[in-house]
Amino acid sequence: MTNMAENNRAVIGLKGKFASSLLEIKEFRGEVTVTVKKEDIIAICKYLKEELGYNMLTDVTAVDYYGKTPRFMLVYNLYSIPAKDRIRIKAPVDESDTSIASATCLWNSANFLEREVFDLFGINFTGHPDLRRILMADDWVGHPLRKDYPLQGPGREPYKGRLS
Amino acid sequence: MGVDQQPLGDNIITTSLDGLVNWARKSSIWPMTFGLACCAIEMMATGASHHDLDRFGIIFRASPRQSDCIIIAGTVTKKMLPVIKTVYEQMPEPKWVVAMGACACSGGIFDTYSVVQGIDEALPVDVYIPGCPPRPEALLFGLMKLQDKIMKERNSFGSSIGLGERLEPAA
Amino acid sequence: MASTEIMTVNMGPQHPSTHGVLRLVVELDGEVIQKITPHIGYLHRGVEKLSEHRTYHQTLPLTDRLDYLAPMSNNLGYVLAVEKLLGIEIPERAQTVRVILTELTRLKSHLVWIACHALDIGAMTVFIYAFREREKVMSLYEKISGARMTSSYFRIGGLSADVYDGFEKDVQEIVDTFPGHFDTYEGLLTKNTIWMQRTIGNGVISAEDAINYGITGPALRGSGVDWDLRRDNPYSGYEKYNFQVPVGKNCDTYDRYKVRLVEMREAVKIIKQALDSLKPGPVLANAPQVCYPPKEEVYNTIEGLIHHFKIASEGFPVPEGEVYQSVENPKGELGYYIVSDGGTKPYRMRIRPPSFVNLGAIEKMAKGAMIADLVAVIGTLDIVLGEIDR
Repeated sequence: MTNMAENNRAVIGLKGKFASSLLEIKEFRGEVTVTVKKEDIIAICKYLKEELGYNMLTDVTAVDYYGKTPRFMLVYNLYSIPAKDRIRIKAPVDESDTSIASATCLWNSANFLEREVFDLFGINFTGHPDLRRILMADDWVGHPLRKDYPLQGPGREPYKGRLS
Repeated sequence: MGVDQQPLGDNIITTSLDGLVNWARKSSIWPMTFGLACCAIEMMATGASHHDLDRFGIIFRASPRQSDCIIIAGTVTKKMLPVIKTVYEQMPEPKWVVAMGACACSGGIFDTYSVVQGIDEALPVDVYIPGCPPRPEALLFGLMKLQDKIMKERNSFGSSIGLGERLEPAA
Repeated sequence: MASTEIMTVNMGPQHPSTHGVLRLVVELDGEVIQKITPHIGYLHRGVEKLSEHRTYHQTLPLTDRLDYLAPMSNNLGYVLAVEKLLGIEIPERAQTVRVILTELTRLKSHLVWIACHALDIGAMTVFIYAFREREKVMSLYEKISGARMTSSYFRIGGLSADVYDGFEKDVQEIVDTFPGHFDTYEGLLTKNTIWMQRTIGNGVISAEDAINYGITGPALRGSGVDWDLRRDNPYSGYEKYNFQVPVGKNCDTYDRYKVRLVEMREAVKIIKQALDSLKPGPVLANAPQVCYPPKEEVYNTIEGLIHHFKIASEGFPVPEGEVYQSVENPKGELGYYIVSDGGTKPYRMRIRPPSFVNLGAIEKMAKGAMIADLVAVIGTLDIVLGEIDR
């Protein structure tokens, strides 16, 4: 861990309050990423929002590390309009239990963003008011952004004439 | 259409009924405003001040019931395809389909799970306009090609009064 | 008292005022909106998935087609994100040209916004005028990159080529003439009674709600939040330019209209400053493992040809890591979150689309309004479906 991550105000705060639930603190190209246990995600977000002024949930997304355990990594990008800085919170979610608490109780912007993650990755957000598919049709089968989902969709012979 | 000046005077035009009907149809193609993606913006640009589609009698209609041409301007997704089919079925005969842009022609660069690889999988396309997106001039050229095609149709009058089918020449 | 019945009306996906293939299921009590459920995804093209199967250079053209009204801004966000991953420095000239072009893109996007927004509310003349001006920016695009809309002119490491001779003159002409055109639009709309009646008090959202819904860009500034990424987290040399960030007071459609108009004038100011500071120099970073070699080298030397072939066919490896880079797009904050596993293709590329998040607030903004005002709310959000659905 470098100095920058140590001096980050969010990291200092989180270390004081949630020391046991921090899994990893990383700094890369000036961006600080804190990986936390998924059970504490709402408590940590609430603390960051209410105590440290990270008032905007910019983005919620996921990454599929297919073949590794835990398989999914939820990514929350938080921004503080008063302090004009960012913090990225990540929470691992395994394939065996693809559920995590919804952040809709804190931010309304989480509504659409979490529906998209549910649609494309199949992560269940408990406590979400309206968890439906958003981009794909309602009767779509599968979660396209998972790494084991073929690019051209199942049941179609991939076109061989191009580099892909 | 032929203009026979001497025996019939100045205000008489002789033509075939098919020719007259085709001429009327090609001079007032009313397309649906059916913008799907990037190409729709070029379609708007074609209709707006600089290129001005009105010169060709082409006036965009917002309702399928009033239009006789559908310009598929943009990427067709699997979720959108049933909607396009419904809109197409709502249009009265005769109707023509223009596939505008690489996506509508063949799926374009989006060879993915959600994209229909060309609208011709579902609708009978009359004119394909390549480009990503096609320039307004390309759209104008495509629409002029459609006009040429309409002029070549046979039994246009007969089919409209219920006598036989409208015949489209092969090429 | 007469009993009322809720009527459900389906608006879209084929509708002239939904700016694309948006579908809204509106529940009405008489003419008053009780509930709106947006249905999106009719233009979901799988860009995020596709980019996992393309090299970094091949992913660039996909970004043009996200927010197709502002292709250069999308390119900028993407190239900045990859450059951040690589940790390379971009030459001064390339940065300045990028700023000029992204601000022109802002003009272009806002011109379409004012055209469509006014057309939806019934002011046809503005549409015709704004598209006339837009053609000027489009022809400049075409001169510089060969394409009117999907330009893909920026490259990872700089620009695909230096600007053509006479670029400064063309930009200067736009800088000189556009403020006059903005006056025309303002003359047509700002004090227009119908325009004011349709927009004042329409689509109100408080600053607190706007932040809670994650709204960014002019829509947030219209609610009085003084926040602009270009000023607050500058990128590509924006810190060098002097410009105002307009904010609204009444949080309604009229204020957002005024904010965007001032933004257009400020964009012209930025272009002017950038044009004055434009100095000759290289337009590609000194990073041969990433950037394509100059065309003279490719055509005349075997080494250059091999170099070009290697980058085109295999791409270049990117250090393992993850970055999030956001830019102030005409619609709001556009972010690229790229995870690299050290390979030549992005392991995961997440695009944070401003319109998608802004659309989430439509229910809040239009609830209780008349059905006819819904198109004004859609217009003021300035959504682009290509970006919402990706």
